[in-house]
Amino acid sequence: MSESTLTAKDFATDQDVRWCPGCGDYSILKQVQSVVAELGRKREDIIFISGIGCSSRFPYYMNTYGMHSIHGRATAIASGLKATRPELDVWIITGDGDSLSIGGNHLIHLLRRNFNVNILLFNNEIYGLTKGQYSPTSQQGKVTKSSPFGVLDHAFNPSAVALGADCSFYARTMDRDPRHLKEVLKRGNEHAGASLIEIYQNCNVFNDGAFFTFTDKETKGGSTLFVEQGQPMTFGENKEFGIKLDGFKPVVVKMNEGHSLNDLWIHDEQDYMKATLLSRMFDVPSEGSMPRPFGVFFSNDRGTYEKALEAQVVEATEALGIGNLDKLISGNHTWEIV
Amino acid sequence: MKTTPQETKEITILFAGDSGDGMQLTGNQFANTNAFFGNDLATFPNFPAEIRAPIGTVAGVSGFQMKFGSTEIYTPGDQCNVLVAMNAAGLKSSLHNVEPQGTIIINTSGFDKKNLNLAKYNSNPLEDGTLANFRVQLIDISKLTQETLKDSDLGRKETERSKNMFVLGYLYWMFNRNMEGTERFLKLKFGRKPDILDANLKVLKAGYHYGDTTETFTSRYEVKKASLPKGTYRSIMGNQATAIGLIAAAQKAGLQLFYGSYPITPASDILHELAKHKNFGVKTFQAEDEIAAVTACIGAAFGGALATTGSSGPGIAIKGEALGLAVMLEIPLVVVNVQRGGPSTGLPTKTEQSDLMQALFGRNGEAQTVVVAPKTPKDAFETAFEACRLAIEHMVPVMMLSDGYIANGSEPWAFPNSKDLKPIVPQIARAKDYETEPYLPYKRDDNLVRKWAVPGTPGLEHRLGGLEKQDITGDVSYDPDNHQHMVKTRAAKIDRIALSIPLQTIDQGAEKGKLLILAWGSPYGAIKTAVKRLLEQGYDVSHAHLRYLNPFPRNLGDVVKNFDMVLIPEINDGQLDILIRNKFLIPTIRLCKIKGMPFTANEIIEKVKEIYE
Repeated sequence: MSESTLTAKDFATDQDVRWCPGCGDYSILKQVQSVVAELGRKREDIIFISGIGCSSRFPYYMNTYGMHSIHGRATAIASGLKATRPELDVWIITGDGDSLSIGGNHLIHLLRRNFNVNILLFNNEIYGLTKGQYSPTSQQGKVTKSSPFGVLDHAFNPSAVALGADCSFYARTMDRDPRHLKEVLKRGNEHAGASLIEIYQNCNVFNDGAFFTFTDKETKGGSTLFVEQGQPMTFGENKEFGIKLDGFKPVVVKMNEGHSLNDLWIHDEQDYMKATLLSRMFDVPSEGSMPRPFGVFFSNDRGTYEKALEAQVVEATEALGIGNLDKLISGNHTWEIV
Repeated sequence: MKTTPQETKEITILFAGDSGDGMQLTGNQFANTNAFFGNDLATFPNFPAEIRAPIGTVAGVSGFQMKFGSTEIYTPGDQCNVLVAMNAAGLKSSLHNVEPQGTIIINTSGFDKKNLNLAKYNSNPLEDGTLANFRVQLIDISKLTQETLKDSDLGRKETERSKNMFVLGYLYWMFNRNMEGTERFLKLKFGRKPDILDANLKVLKAGYHYGDTTETFTSRYEVKKASLPKGTYRSIMGNQATAIGLIAAAQKAGLQLFYGSYPITPASDILHELAKHKNFGVKTFQAEDEIAAVTACIGAAFGGALATTGSSGPGIAIKGEALGLAVMLEIPLVVVNVQRGGPSTGLPTKTEQSDLMQALFGRNGEAQTVVVAPKTPKDAFETAFEACRLAIEHMVPVMMLSDGYIANGSEPWAFPNSKDLKPIVPQIARAKDYETEPYLPYKRDDNLVRKWAVPGTPGLEHRLGGLEKQDITGDVSYDPDNHQHMVKTRAAKIDRIALSIPLQTIDQGAEKGKLLILAWGSPYGAIKTAVKRLLEQGYDVSHAHLRYLNPFPRNLGDVVKNFDMVLIPEINDGQLDILIRNKFLIPTIRLCKIKGMPFTANEIIEKVKEIYE
C-alpha cells in the first residue's frame, strides 16, 4: 500500500468500539486516526501500546501493531521496544490512574530518559473502568464512590510532574476542541523525544462535566489560555485579558486599561523556567482565578535515549571490534589439559 | 629443618578475614592459579550482606572456601585442611570447620586486644590451648607487610591493604605454585597506579620468600595436576556463564539481545557482564524497578529481540504480573532467578533453592512457564542457552533457577566451540507467507507454537493484550469454552516441550535399585561427591539430577519407579519433593537444609547411611 493513499479509515479496525456512548475517547480516537494518516508513516511501523483503563482499549481500534498490556506499564514496555527498535513510531495510550498512580514511576523515568515516543494521557480525573473511584487527579474534596465524604488526597498536577521529571515536551489539550487536539498531536509527533500530551477528557458517566469550565461556551473564554509560540498571552471571549509577568509572578491584566500586547508575557516553548510558571497556573477554576493554559508548554530537543544507546553500541564495536563469540566463550586465560 | 612437601590429592582451604581484607580477591587469585596449573576445583565465596560490616566482628567476616585437587572436584569441600585467619573473628567463625590437625595460618596482628574483644574472645585463643590440636603458623602479616614497604611513599592505610598479597605469596610457596598469573592480574588492575602496583608485587614476593626462607615447619603441600579430560579450559563463575550463555543464544538465533534488569544481589553480576559486551549488539537497560525491567523486556520481545531479565526472589515476586502477560502474549522471554535466602529480603548474600514453587506457580491464573535449572557454575552456560532456545522456538517465557552458590562459585570449564552449539530457529512470520491468507496471531503449529510477527512487517499488523484471547484469531474473547480451551492449550504447549528435551539419565549408580537421590540445581556437587564415596563403600545408591523442572523429562516417572526409595535433598523446605509426590504418587524422603549454606557431601552421606540403618 502506498503511503499517500492512507486515510483515517485505513487505521480503523473491524473491532466494535466499546466505550460508553458520549465518551470523550471517541473524539480522541478520531483525531489520532486522522493524524497518523497524515504522517506518511507506514502502517506496519506504527505501534500503539496501552496499559489498563477505559482509554487503554485504544490499540484494539487502531489498525497498526499494538499491545493492550497491564496496568501502568505501557511506558516501560514502550521503553524496551524503542530501545531495541528505534526506527518505529511508538504511541502510548494511558489514563490518569494508569500513568500517574500505578504507573507513575515508569512515566517519570521514561520522561527523563527521553525516548522518542508520544504519550497521550487521557485525564478524566476519575477511575472509569472500575466504575467511579477518585483518581490521582481528582480534586480534593470530590465525592466519589470511594470517597463519600470527599477526597483527602491533594490532586496531582500532571504538567508539573512532567516538567519536574525533565520532560522534553509537554502540551495540554482537550477532547472537546478537535482542531486544537489535532494540532497538538501533530506537534507532539514531530518532537524528537518523549512528548507528553495531557488531554482533558470528559467521562460522561462517572465524572460528567469535570472540565466544562474549560469547554463550555459561556465560561471557556475566561478560564482558558491558549498559548502559542512567540505570541503574547491573551485570553477572554474577545481577548480582553492578558497575562503579564511581574518578576516571576504571572498577573492578569485588562487590555483596555492601558496595557498593550508588548507588555504581555510572550510565550517561549524553549524556556523551561517559564514553562514551570505555566504549569503552576493550576487553580481550581473560580471567579477571578488564573486561566488554565492549553497548548505546548515546553519543547526542547535534548537527544533521545535510544540514539545514545545505538551510539554506544557503535562506539563499543569500533573500540572492541565486532564481537567474536568464540573469543567471548574462551575468555582471555585458557589452559590445555593434554 | 628442610621442608618435605606432603603429597595430597585434594585440599580444602578457607580464607577468613574482614570484609575489607580482600579475601574474595585473594581466594579468586589462588583459585585461578590452581586452575591454570591444572587442578580441578570448586569455590564458595561467603560474605556478609553489608558492604562494610562492622570491622573485626564475626558478622563482618568475609570467607572464601575452595577445594582443589588432582582428582575431579565437585564441591568446595566440607572440612578445611587449611584455614587462613586474618583476624580473631575470622578464626572464631571458621575454627569449627577445620579438620583435626589441620593447618591454620594466623595473622597475629589481627589478634590484639581490640580484635579479641570484637570477636568476643574472653582469652586469647593463640595462647589458651584452643589451637592445641592444629598445626598453627603464626605470622605477623601486617608487620611484615609494613616492613616490606618501609621505603614506599604510600601511607599506612594503603600499605596495609596489600597484606592479602603477602598471604597469597605465602600460599604460592606453600603449594609450590608460580606467581605469574597474579602478577599479570595485578599489572592489569593497577596499571595506572604504578606505586600501588609496585607495592602489591613486592608484598606478593615477600610472602613467597618468607615461606622459602623461614622454613620452620613441615606443612608444605604438593597437589599434582588433575587428570581432567583433555581439552582447553578456562575458569568460569556462574553469573558470568549465564551472561555468556545469553549472548551465545542471541548470536545463534540471529537476534538482538536485550537485558532489562534492576540491580539486586546476587544477580547484578549478570548485568555487569552483559553491559561490557555492547560490541555484540547487546543492549542492557538498567530499569527504574523490577517491573520496568521485565516489562521493557516484553516490549523488546514484541519488537523481535531476544529479551532477557535477571533478578533474585524478591524481584521475581514483583515481576509476577508481567510474567503472566508474557504467558498470555506467548512471546519469548527468559527470566534468570538467582535465588537467595528468603522470604522477604531474607539472606541476600546466602544461597537457597526456595523459589521453585514461585517459578512454577507464582502468578495469578493458570500461568505456566518453562523452568530449568543449572547444576554448577559452568552448567549455567548451557542452561541459559537452552532457556533461550526453548523460549524462542516455543514462544514461551522460560525461567532459569540459578542460585547464589552457583552465581558466585567458579570452576574450570572445558568450554565448547560456538559451531557445536545447537541452532536456534526463531518462529518469525514473514510477509511473503501471508500474501494469500491473513496472519492470525494465535494460529499454531504442531507444537502449539504461534508465529512471531514483529512490527515493521507489512500486512501482519495485529493487536495483542492481556485479556483472554480467542484461539487462532487473538481477538478478545470472554467465551467460557474458549477460556478453558486456551488455559489447556497454553499448558499443553509446555507439556509438548517434553517431547523434544532429553530423557532423564542417571548421573551415577545403577538404573534400578534401592535408593535414588533425585535433586535439582546447586546441590549437584555435594551429591555427586557423596554418591561416589557411597558407591565405593558398596551402597546401593543412584543419583539423577534434573535440569528440566517444567516440563519434567517424559521418562521421569519410570526413572523414579525403578527404585524402592527416593531421597530428595534440597536447600529449601521440600519443594521438589511436593512436586514429585504429587506427580508420581510415590513416597519420598526429604532432606532439607535451610541455613543459607550449600550441602556438604557428608550431610548427604550421613542421610543415606541413616536410611540404610
